[in-house]
Amino acid sequence: MTIAKEKELEAPLETVDVRREFADLGIGAVLDQLDSELIGLAPVKTRIREIAALLLVERIRQKMALATTFPTLHMSFTGNPGTGKTTVALRMASILHRLGFVRRGHVISVTRDDLVGQYIGHTAPKTKEILKKAMGGVLFIDEAYYLYRPDNERDYGQEAIEILLQIMEQQREDLVVILAGYGERMEKFFQSNPGFRSRIAHHIDFPDYSDVELLAIAELMLQQQNYRLSSSARDAFIRYIAVRKTQPLFSNARSIRNALDRIRLRQANRIVSRLDRVLTADDVMSIEAGDVLASRVFSKGAMDKET
Amino acid sequence: MRITQGCFSFLPDLTDEQITAQVQYCLDKGWAVNIEFTDDPHPRNTYWEMWGLPMFDLPDAAGIMRELAECRRVYGDRYIRISGFDSSHGWESVRISFIVNRPKDEPGFRLDRQEAVGRNLRYSTHAYAVERPEGERYADR
Repeated sequence: MTIAKEKELEAPLETVDVRREFADLGIGAVLDQLDSELIGLAPVKTRIREIAALLLVERIRQKMALATTFPTLHMSFTGNPGTGKTTVALRMASILHRLGFVRRGHVISVTRDDLVGQYIGHTAPKTKEILKKAMGGVLFIDEAYYLYRPDNERDYGQEAIEILLQIMEQQREDLVVILAGYGERMEKFFQSNPGFRSRIAHHIDFPDYSDVELLAIAELMLQQQNYRLSSSARDAFIRYIAVRKTQPLFSNARSIRNALDRIRLRQANRIVSRLDRVLTADDVMSIEAGDVLASRVFSKGAMDKET
Repeated sequence: MRITQGCFSFLPDLTDEQITAQVQYCLDKGWAVNIEFTDDPHPRNTYWEMWGLPMFDLPDAAGIMRELAECRRVYGDRYIRISGFDSSHGWESVRISFIVNRPKDEPGFRLDRQEAVGRNLRYSTHAYAVERPEGERYADR
């Protein structure tokens, strides 16, 4: 009787409740978290939703014993500095893990130095070592275009690329590779390595943040650190964002994070400068307009206008 | 004669799936996993040649299985074993060792009796395979 029961279980299902399947996997929670914790990035979120949906359908098909091919999950993230490529890569690993498409859900983040060796015969073991570590998870290659140096034909980067391509093709079930980098240079990289482009299924472009989004990011960051902007400081920060954007080396959310670090520094300095005072939690938490306006960004911006 | 040494050697040969599960167990315990091979099956031959370096700090067994596949491709006609070394204080020794690959034909051992002084007998085991030079022992069997 038990055998009959087992057979019944193994038999392909004819109907699957999508809602239940969705709830069982807890994708909803991950996607909601993505929505609430990542500001902006609409195209990225849409794409992740699509991928999650595809993987869900693929799982249902498996249960129904319909033909399934293991989907190619390698991705490339392009976008300007500070647009959240690394953050999304980390989230991606946990989404793929929940859906059961990677076994462990860890992320190994590497750059050229970790893959390419310094002398003949050094590259292959080095690359293989990293790949071994990344098996069962996600390999995140930041600034992937540095792997390939067209000006030096004896560069060992090519060797690393070949090993990488081989594993990406042969062990799709074991490893998901995510390449990241700035848009134009990634484009060039793919042009000179057509093998890569065809093995990557998902090309996701990360747009720059708007002023409103940057402010929301700043407020979220502060909230996580138990700080808040007073209303005058908020106005000052809106001006800060507008000015900072026009200056060179602006890198989206990363610049905002750095600015906040400096603002916290100035806030601490302001508090410590008046020692004979009883502080409330509110005083320690709030950031005043003065903390923001003391930034060099404003003085520099003003100077630029004068000249 | 089928060599029986290490764990599981009285069972049918492990499938790749079973080996993966064992390797994963070793990794989860934090042991260093080694792949070793030899063509001298003598039970006292303790130190086998190593295939690459010990592998540790890996979350998943897939990388090790890839190394094993590579080792089988090169030394498929020899014995290959996987061992897990526990470096934690108080153990510092091999915790598990099992054969994952064996030659198609294992000729077995002969028992040598040496007559020593005073009607004493000294026994030793002699593997038929080692009559041929290293590297050719299982080549065409």
